[in-house]
Amino acid sequence: MKAHALVEVRNLRKHYPVRGGVFGRQRDTVRAVEDVSFLLHAGETLGLVGESGCGKSTLGRTLMRLEEPTTGDVLFEGRNLASASAAELFTLRRDVQMIFQDPYSSLNPRITIGEAVREPLDIHRLGSADDRRARVDELFEAVGLSPKVQERYPHEFSGGQRQRVGIARSLALRPRVIVADEPVSALDVSVQGQVLNLLVQLQRDLGLTYLFISHDLSVVEYLSDRVAVMYLGRIVEIGRRRSIFSAPAHPYTRALLESVPIADPRKRRDRVPLQGETPSAVHPPSGCAFHPRCPLAAAVCRGEVPALESVRTDGDDGHLTACHRHEEI
Amino acid sequence: MAASLHLSRLNRRRLAIFRSNRRGWWSLWIFAAIITITLPAEFVANDRPLLISSDRGWSVPVLATYAETDFGGEFETEADYRDPWFAELIASQGGWILWPPIRYGPRTVNFDLRRPAPAPPSWDNWLGTDDQARDVTARLIYGFRISILFGFCLTLLSSIVGITAGAVQGFFAGWVDLLMQRFIEIWQGMPTLYLLIILASLVEPDFFWLLGLMLMFSWLQLVGVVRAEVLRARNFDFVRAARALGVSDGTIMLRHVLPNAAVAALTYLPFVLTGSVAVLASLDFLGFGLPPGSPSLGELLGQGKRNLHAPWLGLAAFLTLALLLSLLVFIGEAVRDAFDPRRTTAKSAP
Repeated sequence: MKAHALVEVRNLRKHYPVRGGVFGRQRDTVRAVEDVSFLLHAGETLGLVGESGCGKSTLGRTLMRLEEPTTGDVLFEGRNLASASAAELFTLRRDVQMIFQDPYSSLNPRITIGEAVREPLDIHRLGSADDRRARVDELFEAVGLSPKVQERYPHEFSGGQRQRVGIARSLALRPRVIVADEPVSALDVSVQGQVLNLLVQLQRDLGLTYLFISHDLSVVEYLSDRVAVMYLGRIVEIGRRRSIFSAPAHPYTRALLESVPIADPRKRRDRVPLQGETPSAVHPPSGCAFHPRCPLAAAVCRGEVPALESVRTDGDDGHLTACHRHEEI
Repeated sequence: MAASLHLSRLNRRRLAIFRSNRRGWWSLWIFAAIITITLPAEFVANDRPLLISSDRGWSVPVLATYAETDFGGEFETEADYRDPWFAELIASQGGWILWPPIRYGPRTVNFDLRRPAPAPPSWDNWLGTDDQARDVTARLIYGFRISILFGFCLTLLSSIVGITAGAVQGFFAGWVDLLMQRFIEIWQGMPTLYLLIILASLVEPDFFWLLGLMLMFSWLQLVGVVRAEVLRARNFDFVRAARALGVSDGTIMLRHVLPNAAVAALTYLPFVLTGSVAVLASLDFLGFGLPPGSPSLGELLGQGKRNLHAPWLGLAAFLTLALLLSLLVFIGEAVRDAFDPRRTTAKSAP
């Protein structure tokens, strides 16, 4: 990969204490994000997929420092978000922004959508009052909304329109990286397409870099340059979209791909459905967390946590997987 | 400019919803009419005339104190305007007296009763007199006024204290929340009325003492709902988005969290108001409220109980209290609906 790495995530962990009893002693730990490292290259879209509860949203929020990371670094052009002081974080916020999943709760019902989009400009004191007004108009047009609707309140809009407002708000500070946490999951399928196309178009026009979090493989396939697969707080496979979708190297990725329904009743796949339930993140299985459900599990899988290593032996194309037995697939 | 334009538009919608609730709308008008009559109670029911024209020119006894000698009388003490002799004195000077509609103050004793007090309604005393020969109508007017003023003051103070406490709990959460929550649970477990009675017997209670004593407990009604709303709002995506944009904690609290929590608190305010009026009435009824002789609805209710043979006392107090509480509840319901964001916007959506 020759592209320049805009964001580097190093050994990021987010653990939550489980407290109990009369004195609130820490009983256990939920390892929501466990030792995650990856690079985000300028101008690319990295799709982050996984089942619900695998920690992908927590990863996004921890990366944004909406949650305090337990350990690890998030470097944006060498500046560390994970350990930044309040003042440093404030300036970093201009470069790294977030789009939220639920367009119904991501906008304050008591504030007009114009004010919502304007708020970041006010907070960061960008430009004069006229500049800000012009910028808000520009943002509304950029996301395909008429600037005339600014004085309305969020409940007057549909989910797709609200999501456009949310996107306009996150673009207000001219960020370079956007963490999109399931931005279309709450929308109707027909509207999903429009919002996805808007995201693609904005990326092209503004040179944005996306970390696109989703549980929907078809959406990720449509949008991503590279894909990372998460299971129980860890990244188990990462690589270019094409190699992940055509030659998945991790048994979990294969199971995920096979579980995608085909919209044709006559076509059937002889698939091996995933056995069992997602294990608890409080007591993850020893060794490879996937071994209790893995058809290829061997003794080594129960004992050792597999490290991410290159899939190809004949030259590194950035396709990494964390599986002891990937060579046998 | 845009902001003020907005606010007025939203408020117009709220007003429209408020008006569409006929019961609340009419209650507001009736309440406003009663307030207009009772707030200037001194000009409505008083044993001092509004205006006297005599040899010494114009006199305004309702605002100033005059000695009887000022009008050419014999004594240096304050003139007894209700004495027929005084009326003759003024008439002999070719002057006249302008009386308020009710010629009795809240403490004026009617010495001219033809039968022992309490006297039944008559042309002189429209609703009769109480057991100390004081005019019931006058006492109702003054009692109504003090109930309302007390209720509004207490509601205002308890919402300030309650919303602040709830916001602090919800925002800081953790140990602050835990300690305050335990304190509130213990505080709530106290038998409020008994404590008020005990406290009211330790001090000489007046309007402000009672306000302070009741404030100690009335803020509890609001703190729970505000705390819950603030805790809930912490996890809203728009609060997360604001943090991601770099908005400070204080601004998030004031701009994004409290306004949403305030609507929930607002739905409780009418009940705090009616509650305050009712508690004041019960303390007065039991004799632990306002100083003896003060006009009050609860005190009149107590007289009604002691004088079952004079049903006009109990009936007048009961009907006034019932009317006041019903009006407040009806208005409160309409206000609550008007501030409901779903209603405010549903009808105006394109």
